[in-house]
Amino acid sequence: MPTKPKTNQKEKKKEKNEEPEGETWILRLYVAGQTPNSLIAFENLKKICEDHLECKYTIEVIDLTKHPQLAKDHQIIAVPTLIRKLPVPVKKIIGNLSNTERVLVGLDLLKVT
Amino acid sequence: MKKNKIAVIAGTAEFEKVPSGIKGFDDITGGGLPKGRPSLVSGGPGCGKTLFAMEFIARGITDYGEPGVFVAFEEKIDDLKKNFKSMGFDLDDLVRQKKLVLDHITIDRSEFEETGEYDLEGLFIRLGGMIDEIGAKRVAIDTLEALFSGFTNEAILRSELRRLFLWLKDRGVTAVITGERGDRTITKYGLEEYVADCVITLDHRLMNQIATRRLRVVKYRGSIHGTDEYPFLISSDGISVLPITSMSLTHTASEERISTGIPRLDTMLGGKGFYRGSSILVSGQAGTGKTSIAATFIDAVCRRNEKCLFFIFEESESQLMRNMRSIGIDLEPWVKKGLLKCHAVRPTAYSLEMHLSIMLKLIGEFKPRVVAVDPISNLYPIGDDIQVRSMLMRLIDFAKSLQITGLFTNLSNDANSGTYTFEPTEMHVSSLMDAWLILKNVEGNGERNRAFSIIKARGMAHSNQLREFVLSDKGIQLLDVYKGSEGVFFGSARMAQESGEIDERLRKNEEIERKKREIESKRKLMEIEIEILKEKYAREEVDMKILIGQDISREKAEAKTTKEIATQRQIDR
Repeated sequence: MPTKPKTNQKEKKKEKNEEPEGETWILRLYVAGQTPNSLIAFENLKKICEDHLECKYTIEVIDLTKHPQLAKDHQIIAVPTLIRKLPVPVKKIIGNLSNTERVLVGLDLLKVT
Repeated sequence: MKKNKIAVIAGTAEFEKVPSGIKGFDDITGGGLPKGRPSLVSGGPGCGKTLFAMEFIARGITDYGEPGVFVAFEEKIDDLKKNFKSMGFDLDDLVRQKKLVLDHITIDRSEFEETGEYDLEGLFIRLGGMIDEIGAKRVAIDTLEALFSGFTNEAILRSELRRLFLWLKDRGVTAVITGERGDRTITKYGLEEYVADCVITLDHRLMNQIATRRLRVVKYRGSIHGTDEYPFLISSDGISVLPITSMSLTHTASEERISTGIPRLDTMLGGKGFYRGSSILVSGQAGTGKTSIAATFIDAVCRRNEKCLFFIFEESESQLMRNMRSIGIDLEPWVKKGLLKCHAVRPTAYSLEMHLSIMLKLIGEFKPRVVAVDPISNLYPIGDDIQVRSMLMRLIDFAKSLQITGLFTNLSNDANSGTYTFEPTEMHVSSLMDAWLILKNVEGNGERNRAFSIIKARGMAHSNQLREFVLSDKGIQLLDVYKGSEGVFFGSARMAQESGEIDERLRKNEEIERKKREIESKRKLMEIEIEILKEKYAREEVDMKILIGQDISREKAEAKTTKEIATQRQIDR
């Protein structure tokens, strides 16, 4: 793992999957406090991961209000922002993730047909 | 002095202002930007928005001790540092001193997906973090509209922008937000809707192939401000806004007089020469000796141990030096002594504004007592009448405010005119000038001579006489012209007339001598005649006396004879 977030604010969830693929997803959700949008985004993300990710994954929630420096360091403007750190390439999705299909496209889990 | 005056005019019932540090801008806005509020600066590409924003931040730090945050959406930090290094701002140093935070925000739409609602709280947090980091009083965002190309949801964006402006106000920072100019609106995305207090537009347009930058304060709520378009310059030390019409005519007029270097001209100007700090126009046709007058004046200035700055638009420095040596003026020692600085450049080398900015800069650095420009007419190819006039006005105002005397030569177009007339082309510059000397070619008798006169000299008694202007290896001489029943004569005609006069005088003298001699001889003749008459008279007198004597004796004899006869005849009675 190249970088570790300093704190995982809300919840750190690991879900083991039987398949020993060795591939681990690292998903970072940047939020600014417990706004409705950030809560919705987290719920949506959790659901999408449970439904569509078969491999091991980590969701790290970073509250920018607690760590304002990270907004600059990680080039975050809009919140909520979801960043797929791993696997590469890095993917970025903004919004409350309410459009599941677009999230899946954004995460390369669904090919656009 | 000037600043205070404006502040007094505009300082009634207003909110506080923060000096922007941009030269001239604080003058036209009566103090700068509204304190603790966001201001919008809009303009097309390459018109100096980024520079305006950065100068506001950098000068705020260096000149007013206000730390600042600069957020760049377009330029990379390294590029910014490099660009502003050439303008004399060491951004790295300011960052090290914890006075400045630079942030580059990239938004690439292709990099992310948008799903559902979001806000720009990240930007707020980012900005807030940077403001807190150094206790910033100033914030610049360049150019905020980049957000519109990054995010598709315009409704969210607009509400977030509104929130951003309110937020900036709440934070109490003085902010400059730049925006791209729109087709019909001040900014492409109508940012002006959100900024209620101060909107400035920058413009960069081409006129006669010459680029001119202009700044206008479109809106400044609750403040009196200049509403004109003000030309501004971007030079190596940043933006300087130059009011076309000077805000005030407050320079103090000096009573001191300085010699022109031409004794006869001093005499014509009430015996003492020009006022210090006045502006002098020397106009004339080609080859009438304008540069020579300028050089003579400069020579006199340096002889008094005063510094002089000479802007030459026609010749190279060494050519001018050589030419002036031919009339006995050697300016080279003054250059070596550091009293004279020549700045020779072709007028077409750069734009009018650039000329002005370089001139003002050199004046600021060299601190001369006298500035000479030879000739201003060469500026006309690069600007129209109004531009040249406004540029000169700015130059003259600047010089006057520093009590610098300005001498400007001007080539008259009217080269064929033999008669002595006013030059209409100079009329519009002349009103800027305190003194106006005019040189004319006068043709006649198969030769060309130079006539010189003073058209005006404000505030002093001056001669109204035409003089003949003669250049020799001893310098400039002003001679009386011949005025008589046959007209005005110059040159050899004057000399012929003068020698004719001498002959005439000699002839007259001889005549008088002759008449004198004549009278003398007449007198002598008369005296001789008198002598002769006297002689004649004396002789006649003697004769008469003899005759009278004879008569008496004859009578006596007669009487005696009668008696004797009577006695003889024994007459009884």
